[in-house]
Amino acid sequence: MDVRIYKGANIKIKGVADRVYANISKSSYYAVKPTDFHLLIPKMVVKVGDYVKAGEILFFDKNNDQIKFTSPVSGVVSDIVRGPKRKILKVLVKSDDEIVYKQFEKKSITDIDRSIIVKDMLNGGLWPLIRQRPFATIANPSDKPKSIFISAFDSSPLAPDNDFIFHGDKELFQMGLDIVSKLSEGTTHLNLDGNSNSAQSFRNASGVQINNIYGPHPSGNVGVQIHHIDPINKGDIVWYLSPQDIVMIARFFRDGKYDASKIIALTGSKVKKPRYYRIVQGMSIKSIVDNNLYEGDKRFISGNVLTGTKINEDGYISYYDFQITVIPEGNYSEFFGWLLPGLNKFSLSRTFFSWLSRKKEYDLDSNTHGEERAYVVTGQYESYFPIDVFPVQLVKAVLIEDIELMEKLGIYEVDTEDFALCEYSCTSKVPVQSIIRKGLDLIKKECS
Amino acid sequence: MKIMQNILNSIKPHFEEGGKLHTLYPAYDAFETFLFVPNHTTQSGTHIKDSVDLKRTMVIVIIALLPCLFFGMWNTGYQYHSQLTSDMEGYQSIYSIFDHFLFGFWKVLPLIIVSYVVGLSVEFAFAVQRKHQVNEGYLVTGMLIPLTMPVDVPLWMLALSVIFAVVIGKEVFGGTGMNILNPALTARAFIFFAYPTKMSGDKVWVHGADKIDAITGETALGQLATLTNVDPSNSEIINNYSLFSSDGIYSLYNSFIGTIPGSIGETSVIAILIGAFILVFTGVGSFRIMVSMFFGGLSMAYIFNIVGLENNLFMSLPAIHQLFIGSFLFGMVFMATDPVSAAQTNTGKIIYGFLCGVLSILIRVFNPAYPEGVMVAILFMNVMAPLIDHYVVEANIKKRLKRIKINE
Repeated sequence: MDVRIYKGANIKIKGVADRVYANISKSSYYAVKPTDFHLLIPKMVVKVGDYVKAGEILFFDKNNDQIKFTSPVSGVVSDIVRGPKRKILKVLVKSDDEIVYKQFEKKSITDIDRSIIVKDMLNGGLWPLIRQRPFATIANPSDKPKSIFISAFDSSPLAPDNDFIFHGDKELFQMGLDIVSKLSEGTTHLNLDGNSNSAQSFRNASGVQINNIYGPHPSGNVGVQIHHIDPINKGDIVWYLSPQDIVMIARFFRDGKYDASKIIALTGSKVKKPRYYRIVQGMSIKSIVDNNLYEGDKRFISGNVLTGTKINEDGYISYYDFQITVIPEGNYSEFFGWLLPGLNKFSLSRTFFSWLSRKKEYDLDSNTHGEERAYVVTGQYESYFPIDVFPVQLVKAVLIEDIELMEKLGIYEVDTEDFALCEYSCTSKVPVQSIIRKGLDLIKKECS
Repeated sequence: MKIMQNILNSIKPHFEEGGKLHTLYPAYDAFETFLFVPNHTTQSGTHIKDSVDLKRTMVIVIIALLPCLFFGMWNTGYQYHSQLTSDMEGYQSIYSIFDHFLFGFWKVLPLIIVSYVVGLSVEFAFAVQRKHQVNEGYLVTGMLIPLTMPVDVPLWMLALSVIFAVVIGKEVFGGTGMNILNPALTARAFIFFAYPTKMSGDKVWVHGADKIDAITGETALGQLATLTNVDPSNSEIINNYSLFSSDGIYSLYNSFIGTIPGSIGETSVIAILIGAFILVFTGVGSFRIMVSMFFGGLSMAYIFNIVGLENNLFMSLPAIHQLFIGSFLFGMVFMATDPVSAAQTNTGKIIYGFLCGVLSILIRVFNPAYPEGVMVAILFMNVMAPLIDHYVVEANIKKRLKRIKINE
């Protein structure tokens, strides 16, 4: 199936990663952050000082004790970092020099059915890889999803190129697809970037429905794809994963060990040599950013500039992210900045003369470029929101906490990331993503 | 810049929590952010934000208004000077283009100063009293109000209408972004109904017209209003209608260039089109509203052309000419497109614009008491806009419900 997205935009930002793998010295600290999993309340199993192998449980979900979170490396639990109200922020593991894996039973895909896959994935700590829409939380293993979506490309700014990452990795990916598609009685959708020549592992995938998605960001957002291919109505559940997760699951069943290695891209204009790295899930970014950054105040982001999480220079990459972005911190004032021609100021509107140079890439920073205001300009969100939902009306419904209205306006079909471009382009600087998050949380709370 | 920054930093403590002047903090903040785009960084959500903000948006609208303003200044001088000399050709040798402009400049400038000083004072007072930031909305309203006025409007009257517009039109609803009616049109409507003698007739549109005898100081619409319910064979009527033919003073050409009497900013189609281009190109103004209102007006005028009652010569004025006179285009480009008071959904904007256009021409032709139908039409549609949006959103909701039913 072909889907064309017309509304949206690609932000022209500097710092895309070169298609080269860089070597890194091993990091000694790894973290599993319960805050990566939306609405999760962790219940600790290990204590500081305990020794764990890779694949051994660290904590589980208090609301569903089947869902376990395991250590990506072997080593000693060195710290459990807590925030306000003793909320657990991260569990740190000091890694051994050589990773020791907990042994799981190897399985061949021909003789396993859904219940075994679910059980093994839960025990091995791979279950959190599967998320669901609506709400973007970890999937509930007892649910029966109507379909499974895999977005094979990431259209967000400076995103890693999956066609490069998956160059060659054919059999493992196909094996993962075969396993994952057993989880749902419905269709498994593999969505490819119609604008590019996708990797062979994607093009030649079998047993799934391949869809071509054309158009600018947010065409890679799984929520947008679901909306155009198999929209969610109230009560429906759709599961989704990213392609590297598929490979991780395949490796788990083939080798019988929780090998949480993945490929990430280090991007952004503050990085001297933006490259790709092979890392293990939860690694400290210190070893890859050290000696690779330009001078000046910087913002470190796990994820992309639109939806990522702010981390410290020695912070840890988040569970669902495949990208680290480093951009300049925009903590400067600008004299009459709103009046100058602005040849060097990127804007999706044509209110600055930067529209004269269309192909230029910009060194964008974290300045807000103005203060928050009431909504004045209209029609702006609609240009960057390729879902048949009225974005501003939905935001307003959330602000007045009218659940019935939110449902009517289609809140089940959206997630915060779909509003990222709206938030970026907003003249009134309204924090749209956090408003939508609030609305989704409110519904989740009322429904459970 | 550094010095300016240092001065601001040194006086800032007085306005912050615990300082003597803390109650005036919104005023200080407005001043500081006027000079400097603040050093705020993103705290949640997207890590980067677009360069555009409300100040930039408002500045673009003001830039789009400048052609109308400058032409209005020139036309003020031109109209005055051309009436002074009985010989229609003679004045050209006495006064240059620059003389016209300079004369108009000194007539129009006080209106703009009064509008901004009074309006911003009210805005600051509300901001201080309600402890919120000063919003940029008035930057545009303050320019629009003088442009919709006749040049001889008394300054106290202007001040009063500005206060009315800002307080009743905007602040009682909660300030910029919350208002139901377009504040600039509210000001004009106020002065139109409160002081009709200063806003209509043939003595207000040209400077000093009440002191000069035997001049044509009537607006095109005022002239046309005399042509309804008439005997078309009457020679005086024929004479009046001929003012709209190709060699009359209200000819299509003159209306297009703008050398006719009228409110300061409304007369020149060229100047308005330049403004419209700036608004549409930068994405600040809604082309949906502009285009649909244009076609709304055009179709209504065509219908009148076809119906063409014999005793109503107003109806038989060619459709395109009909749109070029009065403030139809000025209202279409700068008033109807006000995003706050217009419809907010894309479909809604098209319906809203179309009805604005239809009503403008309808009111103008059928109610000679309000020769300026555009003002009343847009204000009425401002009130109706939420209703239009409601039905557009309802349609979307129904579509979603239908999808569930198909699935079941």
